[in-house]
Amino acid sequence: MSEVSQQGGGGGKKDGKVRSKKSSTKIDMTPMVDLAFLLLTFFMLTTTFNKPQTMEITMPDKPKPDDVVPEVNEKKVLTLVLGENDKVYWYKGITDPKIEVANFSADGIRKVLLTQNAQTKDMIVLIKAMEKSKYKNMVDILDEMNITDMKRYAIVKVTDVDKELVKESNL
Amino acid sequence: MGKVKVHRASPSLDMTPMVDLAFLLVTFFMLTTKFAPEEPVAVDMPSSISEIKLPEVNILTITISTDGIVFFNMDGKYNRQELLGKIGAKYGIPFDDQDKEKFSLLPSFGIPIQGMKQFLAMSPEERKLVNQTGIPADSLNNQLADWVVFARTTNPGLRIAIKGDRESNYPIVEKVINTLIDNRVTRFNLITNMEKGPIQL
Repeated sequence: MSEVSQQGGGGGKKDGKVRSKKSSTKIDMTPMVDLAFLLLTFFMLTTTFNKPQTMEITMPDKPKPDDVVPEVNEKKVLTLVLGENDKVYWYKGITDPKIEVANFSADGIRKVLLTQNAQTKDMIVLIKAMEKSKYKNMVDILDEMNITDMKRYAIVKVTDVDKELVKESNL
Repeated sequence: MGKVKVHRASPSLDMTPMVDLAFLLVTFFMLTTKFAPEEPVAVDMPSSISEIKLPEVNILTITISTDGIVFFNMDGKYNRQELLGKIGAKYGIPFDDQDKEKFSLLPSFGIPIQGMKQFLAMSPEERKLVNQTGIPADSLNNQLADWVVFARTTNPGLRIAIKGDRESNYPIVEKVINTLIDNRVTRFNLITNMEKGPIQL
């Protein structure tokens, strides 16, 4: 093949003109392209786009000894007890409560929160996490508070009474 | 003799636009990429609809793994060196400049302060093999509280973030949160993954 082209080029010699031999302006870019794509693949695979989100929470200060504890109407209190296996127990009021169970789906605790909130003015939600509950449950329930736009809620330590209630309910 | 030559198109094609694009993308990824710091444990974070982004600097991260091991991390090279000096002074462990230099480059760690000097003396490869037991956060021996307090005196603008695993048990998280509250840190962040919220009607 190359000989053919040389012969063709040699045809010019008949004119007696001396042509300077020009080297081709094209260079083989293949290795460069290989490298470019290698780097591209590397950076595409190592890069992480999603910056983590955060949930900002503000906890109350520890009560000082001379602080007056505000009293609330127990009818306005909704207690959520986070149990094991992603269950959430809830009851309204404090004395002789009727305990029920829900899950974390949109039809579960969210519905409960929305219906209860519609029925009660200035509802206060108490969140109590039992020993067997997972961190995920706590984040989920705080998330539900944001979704359902609850104004007043608090994370409280679980009491023995609550544990008994959950145990007796057998739900 | 009458051979018919098939006219063939040249097999080499102009790669210039493709190369341009490839280099553009390489440049983009090179400039935007930020290498994730190596973590001693993989943490699968819970998801939430919150859309607040974690700030990039002045962050103190407390990582809680699935088995309830507590890790500590803080950014800022010089702040970390100062922090180690203060912690060492409290526990009566003298750390020299070489230790501090190594400490400033450490990723998250979960080592009681008593084992820290030994841990810093190791090479990074050896450190990966160490079974980290976590920073004690019990009421009797609450080293986490000291780390948090001294970190806040070193860098008052510090934000505290808790990076817990979905499956970690709540009591250990509660212990960490109570430690923070006891040290008058009432505002902190929980690091979560993004989740799509329900459509607002």
